Amino acid sequence: MPFVSYREKNQDQNQTRGDTMKTGFWRNILAAMLLGAGGLANGAEPIKIGSFLTVTGPASFLGDPELKTLQMYVEAINAKGGINGHPLELIHYDTGGKAQDAVSFVKRLIRNDKVDMIVGGTTSGDTLAAIPEVEKESIPLISLAGGIEIVEPVKKWVFKVAHTDRMAAAKIFEDLRKRNLIKVALITGDGGFDKSGHEQLLKLAPQYGITIVADESYGNKDSDMTTQLTKIRGSDAQVIINFGFGQAPAIVTKNLKQLGITLPLYQSHGVASKTFIDLAGDAAEGVRLPAAALVVAEQLLDTDPQKPVLLAYKKLYEAKYGPVSTFGGHAYDGLYIAVGAIQRAGGTDKTKVRDEIEKTKGFIGTAGVFNMSPEDHMGLNLDAFKMVEIRNGGWKIVE
Amino acid sequence: MRLAGFYVFAVAIILLPILFQDNYFVTVVGISAGLHVILAVGLNLLMGYAGQISLGHAAFFGMGAYASGILTTRYAWPAPLAMFAGLTVVGLIAWLLARPILRLHGHYLAMATLGFGIVVHVIMVQATHWTGGPDGLSGIPTLDLFGWPVDSDLRWYAVVAAAMLLAIWLSLNLIDSRIGRALRAVHGSEFAAQMLGIDTGRTKTQVFVVSALFAAFAGSLFAHQQGFVSPDSFSLMVSVELVTMVVLGGMASTFGAACGAIALTLLHAGLVVFEDYEMLIHGALLMAVMIFMPQGLFVGLDQAVRRLLRRSGN
Repeated sequence: MPFVSYREKNQDQNQTRGDTMKTGFWRNILAAMLLGAGGLANGAEPIKIGSFLTVTGPASFLGDPELKTLQMYVEAINAKGGINGHPLELIHYDTGGKAQDAVSFVKRLIRNDKVDMIVGGTTSGDTLAAIPEVEKESIPLISLAGGIEIVEPVKKWVFKVAHTDRMAAAKIFEDLRKRNLIKVALITGDGGFDKSGHEQLLKLAPQYGITIVADESYGNKDSDMTTQLTKIRGSDAQVIINFGFGQAPAIVTKNLKQLGITLPLYQSHGVASKTFIDLAGDAAEGVRLPAAALVVAEQLLDTDPQKPVLLAYKKLYEAKYGPVSTFGGHAYDGLYIAVGAIQRAGGTDKTKVRDEIEKTKGFIGTAGVFNMSPEDHMGLNLDAFKMVEIRNGGWKIVE
Repeated sequence: MRLAGFYVFAVAIILLPILFQDNYFVTVVGISAGLHVILAVGLNLLMGYAGQISLGHAAFFGMGAYASGILTTRYAWPAPLAMFAGLTVVGLIAWLLARPILRLHGHYLAMATLGFGIVVHVIMVQATHWTGGPDGLSGIPTLDLFGWPVDSDLRWYAVVAAAMLLAIWLSLNLIDSRIGRALRAVHGSEFAAQMLGIDTGRTKTQVFVVSALFAAFAGSLFAHQQGFVSPDSFSLMVSVELVTMVVLGGMASTFGAACGAIALTLLHAGLVVFEDYEMLIHGALLMAVMIFMPQGLFVGLDQAVRRLLRRSGN
């Protein structure tokens, strides 16, 4: 109301003193601008979301789509007027995959940038390194990484949205049981993702009545795995599982074909991208892997509640940046779980936001339907993965 | 009078957190700058004064850090004891290594120390059972100094600042002693030094061990302060960065090394905001310093200030 009364008064003055019309006009503009700016500062302090991602370095194919997704949706949310009238502000740092940098960037986000919460940690290594700081400073963190150790045991302030390697292992074993393949040969790399997947496969095998008859490993930078595969050929394995991401799984796939080994091959969700099919070429035909629904969005039944979410994300992302990857999808899930929690909490009070994240129920994201609880800070179940097979250079759901 | 510079520096370090309370660049970046100063001052004893290059100093830093990390998390040792054990082990390894390695000169010495650094890094990555492998070791408890837990940024600043001042003070005194003069003689000409009756082998070994101990001490503090260590922090690149700090600041000057360490740490923290251009600006600045201040940042700035004073005097 003061705004209106000021203008009315000013207009009266202008009428009585016509010669100062011009100054009065500019004074009005100035006053309006000042008031406007003041109003903006009062009513809409930005909500600061911090992020630390691996945008460069060996895991950049994970972090790059994540950052693009975050930026795209923060912009979209702000275009619609922000959250409860507050614009979102994204502050992000690139760790380059160095865990130690993750620690210093998280400190920087908390102390220097004073963010309200953090979405990020592209890799498990980065996230695990940052957890002690996050717990100490009591700030909600939603990780985009896969490792089960992030939420097991449950940590008060830490949540995650990406599928775990244990889910991938379980999904593969489930499919093996259906096909009655019980003698398995493992071949894995020496990276963090590979090692953690390897561990989960060994741990879960007995539960599914599966015997590991061969267990080979390679270096992720190796350019030939025929030695290991020849050894596997010598075993009585019925099926081969390769757990890894990047170049190496493509080489394994190609080497198998070159050696004329016809055993069925399972890969992990780490290769659920078009790049893998391009790298492995013909040899990729018939390879099965657990993948997030995003890569097969069009094939989902129309009754699937995830379908519209996936197609909408895909459309928006592809219009701007090109083919989607499941990893960018994790950033979407993380951001919207955060936004939902802030909306429900009615502000950025850290404890309230944390409690609201924990109460996330039935949130339909790209990775699946999330139902968090005090015991489960991820909230996805095995249905979140689809078993897909590569056919004619594309993905096909085989369930 | 000899230590006048030191006292001025000490007062500045104490005043900083009082003037800038709760400032990220003082209480967080400042801690990492302080640790770098300890490392650079230690390396400078070896490189700047004795003229022996080491491209494997991150290994000693890492060994100190992992010794503290492993002993406190896996065996629940008290932190000071773990730190002492780490220092003993590193000192012993450095002593064993020094004799054969320091007989080498120039490129060969660089190669040998480089190799040592890589071997230690590989062990950190592969010995998963002990070190936690590439994912690192987390949950390292913070330091507890006789019932005074070092659990806030400000307390850590105090501890690291004290350690840093101690390192600088030790270095300044060492350089001004008989050993220091022997070191400089070795740097000038090893043969001439021998002719003067200096046991060059012993002198070089001593300084190598002292330098490694400085690094291990910084490593141990680093592990407790971060609560987490991973092999990334002790890679070859870190060794190279340490050498850069010493050279950038100005060789054969304790304050030069300290200056280089602080400048490089602040530069890194300050340039992060430029994202993709960070490395570009970083490289350009380093090149500019080396071209326009070939004797290093410290001497260069010192001369610039003097010139300015003289001009204003006229």
